[in-house]
Amino acid sequence: MHNTEQVESKIDSAGLIDELCSFVSSDSVLFEKEDLKPYECDGLSAYRAIPLVVVLPETIEQVQKVLGLCHHYSVPVVARGAGTGLSGGALPHEQGVLLSLAKFKSIIEINPERRIARVQPGVRNLAISEAADEFGLYYAPDPSSQIACTIGGNVAENSGGVHCLKYGLTVHNIQQIKIITIEGEILTIGGSGLDSAGYDLLALMTGSEGMLGVIVEVTVKLLPKPERAQVLLAAFDDVVKAGEAVGNIIAAGIIPAGLEMMDRLAISAAEDFVHAGYPLDAEAILLCELDGTNEEVSEHVLKVRELFKHSGATEVRTAKDENERLTFWKGRKAAFPAVGRLSPDYYCMDGTIPRKQLPKVLESIATLSKEYELPVANVFHAGDGNLHPLILYDANNPGELERTEEFGGKILELCVAVGGTITGEHGVGMEKINQMCVQFDRLELSQFHAVKAAFDPDGLLNPGKAVPTLHRCAEFGAMHVHKGELPFPELERF
Amino acid sequence: MNSDTSQQLQQQVQSAYKEKTALCIVGGNSKVFYGRHVTGEPLNVSDHRGVLNYEPTELVITARAGTPLREIEKVLSDNGQMLPFEPPAFSNDATLGGTIACNLSGPRRAYAGAARDFLLGCKIINGKGELLTFGGEVMKNVAGYDVSRLMAGAMGTLGVLLEVSLKVLPIAEMEATQQFECNASEALDKLHQWSKTPLPLSASSFHDSVLRVRLSGATKAVEAAISTIGGDSTDSASRYWHELKEQQQDFFKDDKPLWRISLASDIESLGLPADYENDDCLYEWGGALRWLKSHVPADTIQSTAAKLDGHASLLGTPRQEGQFQPLTPGLLRIHKNLKQAFDPENILNPGRLYPGL
Ligand SMILES: Cc1cc2nc3c(=O)[nH]c(=O)nc-3n(C[C@H](O)[C@H](O)[C@H](O)COP(=O)(O)OP(=O)(O)OC[C@H]3O[C@@H](n4cnc5c(N)ncnc54)[C@H](O)[C@@H]3O)c2cc1C
Repeated sequence: MHNTEQVESKIDSAGLIDELCSFVSSDSVLFEKEDLKPYECDGLSAYRAIPLVVVLPETIEQVQKVLGLCHHYSVPVVARGAGTGLSGGALPHEQGVLLSLAKFKSIIEINPERRIARVQPGVRNLAISEAADEFGLYYAPDPSSQIACTIGGNVAENSGGVHCLKYGLTVHNIQQIKIITIEGEILTIGGSGLDSAGYDLLALMTGSEGMLGVIVEVTVKLLPKPERAQVLLAAFDDVVKAGEAVGNIIAAGIIPAGLEMMDRLAISAAEDFVHAGYPLDAEAILLCELDGTNEEVSEHVLKVRELFKHSGATEVRTAKDENERLTFWKGRKAAFPAVGRLSPDYYCMDGTIPRKQLPKVLESIATLSKEYELPVANVFHAGDGNLHPLILYDANNPGELERTEEFGGKILELCVAVGGTITGEHGVGMEKINQMCVQFDRLELSQFHAVKAAFDPDGLLNPGKAVPTLHRCAEFGAMHVHKGELPFPELERF
Repeated sequence: MNSDTSQQLQQQVQSAYKEKTALCIVGGNSKVFYGRHVTGEPLNVSDHRGVLNYEPTELVITARAGTPLREIEKVLSDNGQMLPFEPPAFSNDATLGGTIACNLSGPRRAYAGAARDFLLGCKIINGKGELLTFGGEVMKNVAGYDVSRLMAGAMGTLGVLLEVSLKVLPIAEMEATQQFECNASEALDKLHQWSKTPLPLSASSFHDSVLRVRLSGATKAVEAAISTIGGDSTDSASRYWHELKEQQQDFFKDDKPLWRISLASDIESLGLPADYENDDCLYEWGGALRWLKSHVPADTIQSTAAKLDGHASLLGTPRQEGQFQPLTPGLLRIHKNLKQAFDPENILNPGRLYPGL
């Protein structure tokens, strides 16, 4: 099921390695089995493949040559940042080159007047904010993986974070990128103004999962650090009430900087792990961060407190100082590893739904959880409807991984059925390739393939990922009911 | 008034595809001056109208592309919400589809984002007459390439917009405008100083030695910001920003060619030849947008803009068609490939954006 696409390259691996070594220092070309092993998977470790060769270029010219070479000999290329992706996007191709951008680590420029940072793709997300700190600025999108993941990976996935309801995703926070095409040509996309001429290729590249070009430079926008941030924690004895509270805050005209929900299992896992003082008897908690000017935050804290109480919260706490604010967040930010401690393995899903569908979706997930006999903890970017159900399983039990994947697939199809999407921020990669056949019809998928061909007609960049072939969907469709006859007939359609 | 003409529209595109006849997509005809002229059979989208879904607490509105922009804005403001990118309409007939196709955004753009930033999804007809849906009504969606955003600013050359879903935001509790007498360099300095601090800025302009700054947000935040930045308060500010957005101010009532230049905000002088150095210029977007009235030759201003890593477009008039910044050869190739991918017979608004696209 996770096999990479077959290709016919016009060169043998020894010849390829020789050519690579002719312009990249030989310790940056890896081909021994034990050197390749660390690259066999990304953050989704259930999917593994060993590439022919790993190359770690240091200059843009070298990247151009690597791509030119692969183009010439029809060799697949998979770009890799930090490998924290959760959908198998950086899963190597068995007959291809794994192109690591790990050596592109410098912050080229921080311009506080223009409020931008120009960085190489291998720079870690958090490193940008750290470097901008002395100017009172920061880079807003903050994936939970921000200490490790790279900005190149963030652009390729259009990553979000807990603050994207107010500050947007990667696509809203970048201004210019430089990419290398499969032919080895360098293109500058975007500009130093707020918009650029022609089609919005910056948006098209963002979230394109390494399928259209290799990103070698990124100019991000920086924002002034808010004067003050304050967090409220509200406990609810019912997830429906917590969901309504989210709607009530937004209806009151307040856009929180972050608005996160955790369910009972996630709360207890996080509490066990980091001792954030979360209320263990709650069915759901909401964390609501308000930021802005001092006056604004004070006013909004009072309002949100009232709204929480009015929405039936059993308890509302306001972090008394910066320390407590960080403690409240710590549990949420560590939710994945915390849940990971409950079971040998966990599988993180990433659907987005219209927020009002939350109660229905949680109920269906609970039913499926019983059916598949696999527990689920739910972590939710509640403000923007992005749901992360974490399925607990044990890969050592025969058949359990397969059951987990099937269960996960059902959850994604459920998200589509209620008017949502199979992926909010982790990307399709290899993982959700089948569910793409549920979300899109033949014509739409063909349009995606045509877009791909506009950049990479031979299909050498990250083959087999992100957009399924129509053939694949036909096979998948034979096992599954499709659009005309959707699963979950009990649910209202959109 | 609501009506669904998607079938007729699809049939018309399908037969144009078969017969290889060019189509000129028309919404409210309010932005003909933007871009180049198109000759083709009219494809009238303005009858395809109506709000399809609007739930204030989801912060999303979905409407048919022919829905008048006014109608959308009315529905939103009745619920205390707005289109955050403050689009110019240029006429009462402006449609939602045309607004998105041109990706034009108003004074709030520098502080809230452009039309493309709020676009969540759309339904389109491509140049083969196929009905396709991309994106959706949710805030976060990375399934497949971001084809919806690609439609913003494509001026109908990649697809006919049928339905559009946008993220909306609450209208700020309070809005105030402060003004300052100063020269251009002082104005840019002030704007940069303020932009580095978390002030609730929502618009800015500089012209004729007057810098104007709009603040929007919670009442207390706006009041505090006023005392931080100082300046004189202004009356009729909302009319000022409206007339700026709609290009109804005296500045725009002139026969000289009007250039829209988008560039880094801290550039003080464009470095145009001496003859044009003192041509009248109005600044917006914290300095990142300049409106220049000038007879400067197109290639001079466009190569100047390119050197500054920005771009310049000429707004058309009834007598002269508009013109966008030429693309680099590499980008032009990708543009042509994409046009081919969406509209292989080159029938959708051919040439509106660039010759051959
Ligand atoms: C614990 C944990 C928490 C996470 N939390 C979040 C979260 O809150 N929000 C979120 O959005 N994601 C989250 N992620 C997912 C992941 O961190 C992001 O997708 C991240 O952007 C991946 O960056 P990376 O550098 O690790 O990319 P990789 O995993 O190396 O690659 C990801 C994809 O990008 C492509 N790619 C990488 N670099 C380039 C380049 N230079 N040019 C072209 N293509 C490239 C790859 O081919 C691949 O398809 C989390 C992951 C983990 C493990």
